[in-house]
Amino acid sequence: MSEQLAIELEGIDKRFGAVQANKDINLKVKKGSIHGIVGENGAGKSTLMSILYGFYHADGGEIRVDGKTVTIASSQAAIALGIGMVHQHFMLVDNFTVLENVILGAEGGARLSEGIGRARAELKRLEADYDLKVDPDAITGDLPVGLQQRVEILKALFRGADILILDEPTGVLTPPEADHLFRILRVLRDEGKTVLLITHKLREIMAVTDEVSVMRRGEMVATRETSKTSMGELAELMVGRRVLLDVEKTPAQPGAPLLSVEGLNVRDARGVDVVKDVSFEVRAGEIVGIAGVSGNGQSELLEAIAGIRPARSGIVTIDGTRIDLAAARRDPAEIRSYGLAHVPEDRHRMGLVTRFHEYENAILGYHRDPACGRGAFLDLDAIRATARAGIEKYDIRPPDCSLKTANFSGGNQQKIVLAREIERDPAVLLVGQPTRGVDIGAIEFIHKRLVALRDAGKAVLLVSVELDEVRALADRVLVMFDGRVVGERAPETAESELGLLMAGATQEAAE
Amino acid sequence: MTAGQMPRWADYILMPAINVAAAFFVSGLVVLAIGENPIDAVRILVWGAFGWNEGIGFTLFYATNFIFTGLAVAVAFHASLFNIGGEGQAYIGGLGVAFACLALDRFVPWWVTLPFAVAGAAAFGAAWAYIPAVLQAKRGSHVVITTIMFNFIAASLMVYLLVNVMAKEGSMQPETRTFEEGGRLPLLDTILPGVDFGSAPANLSFVLALLACVFTWVLIWRTKLGYEIRTFGANQTAAIYAGISPVRITVITMLISGAMAGMMAVNEIMGSQHRLLIEFVSGYGFVGIAVALMGRSHPLGILFAALLFGMLYQGGAELAFEMPAITRDMIVVIQALVILFAGALEHMFRPALIKLFGVLSAPATRPA
Repeated sequence: MSEQLAIELEGIDKRFGAVQANKDINLKVKKGSIHGIVGENGAGKSTLMSILYGFYHADGGEIRVDGKTVTIASSQAAIALGIGMVHQHFMLVDNFTVLENVILGAEGGARLSEGIGRARAELKRLEADYDLKVDPDAITGDLPVGLQQRVEILKALFRGADILILDEPTGVLTPPEADHLFRILRVLRDEGKTVLLITHKLREIMAVTDEVSVMRRGEMVATRETSKTSMGELAELMVGRRVLLDVEKTPAQPGAPLLSVEGLNVRDARGVDVVKDVSFEVRAGEIVGIAGVSGNGQSELLEAIAGIRPARSGIVTIDGTRIDLAAARRDPAEIRSYGLAHVPEDRHRMGLVTRFHEYENAILGYHRDPACGRGAFLDLDAIRATARAGIEKYDIRPPDCSLKTANFSGGNQQKIVLAREIERDPAVLLVGQPTRGVDIGAIEFIHKRLVALRDAGKAVLLVSVELDEVRALADRVLVMFDGRVVGERAPETAESELGLLMAGATQEAAE
Repeated sequence: MTAGQMPRWADYILMPAINVAAAFFVSGLVVLAIGENPIDAVRILVWGAFGWNEGIGFTLFYATNFIFTGLAVAVAFHASLFNIGGEGQAYIGGLGVAFACLALDRFVPWWVTLPFAVAGAAAFGAAWAYIPAVLQAKRGSHVVITTIMFNFIAASLMVYLLVNVMAKEGSMQPETRTFEEGGRLPLLDTILPGVDFGSAPANLSFVLALLACVFTWVLIWRTKLGYEIRTFGANQTAAIYAGISPVRITVITMLISGAMAGMMAVNEIMGSQHRLLIEFVSGYGFVGIAVALMGRSHPLGILFAALLFGMLYQGGAELAFEMPAITRDMIVVIQALVILFAGALEHMFRPALIKLFGVLSAPATRPA
């Protein structure tokens, strides 16, 4: 590895109003290395990368790329310097083909056909060089997220990026998809590219990076060689204290079934069967985890049970109330009234209205309750009191229920959803990706809450793409593959065995 | 991120004020270009609208129309629906007013007729919005397209009705007979002691418009329905998750929006014209879009925006009269500039203003 520096940051300061997002940041990234940046949500990682990519201007400090001091005024300037960025939320046009997305903004002249021809040849070369296989004529929206991310990487490489910034790239990926991504990153590094990996998942840092820098509250607190540090040390640096990565819990004492699902079939808008004849039950006082590679029907399963997505057939029984999902007009409010709470997988898209005040989100879905006001009117005082109680109990920061929800960090937003759903004392809780994009301190807190709910004799159905999380929390693990439940295992089952099930190994063997 | 924040008063008052000032500045350049003195022009405009009693009366009369059509657009905006059909809904609303007045005016005093006229206006306006609403909710036909089309259908329908069905016996005019006393709203200056608006038609409908503002504020920010409307407008997926039916909210919101637009007809038909005639809406429905944009879909903002447009209408008429070089068309240009700056270019000054507030609030320390 050469000792040349691809990026050097010196004394970067950035302030948003009263908030100091970046404070005197120094960072050296070696050319041809994979450099990880870890930190909790709101530690300033994304701000720093946005400065590097020209979205924000630093208030002070110096940026050197390949040894030359530069001013990065826009993302175009960043691209011209050979910096490419893969955003956490993809910047792709869904109904364009892969090829069209790749050349978007770099069409190369008024005649599209020339640019497309050149891009096709270039894509072929990139595919060969970096093992980045994507069908250039596929419609981007139809691709699984893992492949969409590959398109984003191709986009950056197509523009001649030598330095690639990936912002939380595995947030939407399943473990096999993430592994594949890491393979790609290693190939990129071996071909001389520099990779900056922003994440809060320590496992990934350990797995793929050469060096790692830790950010905490806007400051760069340490840089380590990955081979000479440990997850424990990094976690401690991130939060400033030691955290338990394991969940403490007593053995489950399951009671009567509170949630049962019989013969659930769901067909999506494209006419594909995504949930196939799924039956299971969750008893009082247990957490049932659903493991599976994302896109194998878990999301649709949750949404169908909650009444958000229409089912072709299926009977759901919640705390003794039988609901024929195929017959009933889907009404999430009605199903909620039977004692079902639902923490949706995607809090931004579904669980929250980010434009609302915090207290308005604290009643989303429960706004028709008499507790929120008599008759047609809202009782704002009562609603604010409920919101404040939630803020207190869940340690939501900043503790101000009048703040716009968008101004809370990811972990605190998730706590807003959890407070709302758990504090109504539901019989059954559906939880999707409870800790996606959430920092370590909050993860610990959220896990404790879920276990406490279980211990209070409620039924919890957990869907997570983090196999570690499922294994740590669940009392029983169901594995989903291709829309079916292909097996039930104890959480202690070896990761490799679960991994095989998740990959559909048993099915193939049977055929 | 805390970036991009401004105090609420800046958002609701300062921003529109800057936009209007910019519009007036450019208008001043136009006036200058045709060889008139812009300072004099502004003086005549403002004096014409607010400087004398009759002027004030006309300004309030026009503002009443704009409040109703502005609220109509605003209510739909909160559900992320763009109701461009205010023009047609107000036009059809006139039918409801006329039916009530024609049926009752000879037998009862105005205050008995009024509730029927208001209900008729609201019901007919709502009915005209209902069809686009259902087409949007159940078939996905975009309300922008369908409500525009319904404006044309309304225009044709009204011409047909007024020429062939409702026209006064033996008259060539496409209008109904004139209402008797029982179909005429009292003028504002007859209610308010010591006020004389001269020949201006400002009438009791202005009070109705103020009540409509209060109603809208309560509806949007203090009721469960308003909460559902705002949730649906801000995030449809979250609305479905919360058990809010998109079909129901789309239809209900459009009904309320149509009803608001329809009530504009009370002011024109029962308050001023005292007969149903063709093209009485004459663009108020469309200007309502600008009023709602400028008022940031808030009833108080809409009240001020409506007064501003009322001022432009009335003061503009005076200006055209006093300065012959400034024709009616010039007044339309000025109005268009206000719409342009308030609506279309709304975000032009915003980033600079946010930056300014960022600089101002930086020294203040807030607990993070």
